[in-house]
Amino acid sequence: MSNKSKLAILAVISIALAAAFIFIDLGSNWDYALPRRIKKVYAIVLTGAVIAFATLVFQTITNNRILTPSIIGLDSLYLLIQTFLIFAFGSMNFFVTNENINFVISVGFMVLFAGFLYKLLFHGGGQNIYFLLLVGIIFGTFFRSITEFMQVLIDPNEFLVVQDRMFASFNNVKTDLLLIATVAVILITLYSIRYLKYLDVLSLGKDQAVNLGIDYDHVVKRLLIIIAVLVSISTALVGPITFLGLLVANVAHQFLNTYRHTQLIIGAVFISIIALVGGQLIVERVFTFTTTLSVIVNFIGGVYFIYLLLKESKSW
Amino acid sequence: MVDVKHVSKVYGNKNVINDVSVKIAKGKITSFIGPNGAGKSTLLSMISRLIAKDEGEIYIDGMDVTRCKSNELAKKISILKQSNNINIRLTVKELVSFGRFPYSQGRLTKEDRKFVAEAIRYMELEDIQHKYLDQLSGGQRQRAYIAMVIAQDTEYVLLDEPLNNLDMKHSVQIMKVLRKLADELGKTVVIVIHDINFASCYSDYIVAMKDGRVIKEGTTDEIITPSVLNEVYDMDFKIEEIDAERICVFYS
Repeated sequence: MSNKSKLAILAVISIALAAAFIFIDLGSNWDYALPRRIKKVYAIVLTGAVIAFATLVFQTITNNRILTPSIIGLDSLYLLIQTFLIFAFGSMNFFVTNENINFVISVGFMVLFAGFLYKLLFHGGGQNIYFLLLVGIIFGTFFRSITEFMQVLIDPNEFLVVQDRMFASFNNVKTDLLLIATVAVILITLYSIRYLKYLDVLSLGKDQAVNLGIDYDHVVKRLLIIIAVLVSISTALVGPITFLGLLVANVAHQFLNTYRHTQLIIGAVFISIIALVGGQLIVERVFTFTTTLSVIVNFIGGVYFIYLLLKESKSW
Repeated sequence: MVDVKHVSKVYGNKNVINDVSVKIAKGKITSFIGPNGAGKSTLLSMISRLIAKDEGEIYIDGMDVTRCKSNELAKKISILKQSNNINIRLTVKELVSFGRFPYSQGRLTKEDRKFVAEAIRYMELEDIQHKYLDQLSGGQRQRAYIAMVIAQDTEYVLLDEPLNNLDMKHSVQIMKVLRKLADELGKTVVIVIHDINFASCYSDYIVAMKDGRVIKEGTTDEIITPSVLNEVYDMDFKIEEIDAERICVFYS
């Protein structure tokens, strides 16, 4: 089966699932239910696409298929920002309750942090992407520790608000954010189009990429910033869910068995949509909201991760 | 012409390249020889901008390597390192096609395909061109990488130990191809090589390095002499002439 027909199948399944999600048990009150469901599906599709793309690009840059962008600590920073806002200003404050302001603050800080990391990498003479990952891991741990410290001190009622933001959930997608998130994603997509052609070559490794005429530092820096913005958007929209990316990027590699990123990206985006919409469908119809999607994603993702580790260790 | 002027490179407090100046002639094969750790590979990597130099200047046909646009340089100079770890699954033909990236930016034209087919034919890879790299032997894979560099069609071809892990037959085959590249296509070939007899039989010029410095450079006849080689390698060499080639005997 050619990759084109595989992609077509993925597209059909995605659309079918989305349609099922929207129309199953719609009831008679269309005016109320339909817009709500469409918004929800749209949020899920947007998040899924963004996570799939960011993870795929991140894995190509690092030449490593078991990493996700969460390793550089963006998720932890998001939680730190949320906890700090509630810790310092209280849960009824403008910064917490106004979703748009909160979104801008979160994304802004996450991008600033990413910029700081890259500054460290490209001006410190380190020039090694693994150095960036290491610094990211350390900062991530640092952020988590501070977050926990503040969570311990916080009022228990306030903590409930924090906890609500700690887990990714599509049951209470912040639909207010959809417009601003969509605009951001469109801008980023337009910006990243010119870098897409480099991805195939980057997957050959740094030396080959330089040999083939890619301005490596420049391109990698831009791509990392794109990743940071995308991860920030998806995290602000539904919460930390980068683990999904690991699952999706690897399934895309396995399923399409190609190095061509145009196909990989499209495939990963569809697989991501299938996983999220299908998962949410199961959460709503089978478990009737007794669990959240992120629990299911993390469970399946975790099992798959262990499988990957076992498989990789065998081939060495 | 590649013109290296007073180039230095420091790792920590070790001077791996110490004020090296060397000129590489066009259309010839130049071999870099010397003991391990002499800085040959480092110098090659600096000429091809894979690593940054700390001091000095490198010009390729009058263009400063560090200031030139990377994509323009990729049409002028190509490098193949000694270890090539590629994480993705590629067929030989796909790998060779990557050599056309500086020209096509990923969209192969008819002309690009012609170059790819030519390079595959040149390295005699036609029957295995649709096989995946991980299914090939070390020698076949090395030939595939060299085919990629040929497809890149640059005036300057830099190869870091191209004979690494190859048996005699494939070593000879690759050296003959390099000779053809220089003689028929007028390419400038620069290699780092450990087998001194291959250097003696196939190269036009030899640069002898030791401890980050160029000890001596010149035509093959000037370098392949007992006195120069003794100085470079700190061991005794006997040189015999067989079929008008100088062969070094150093196994005792």
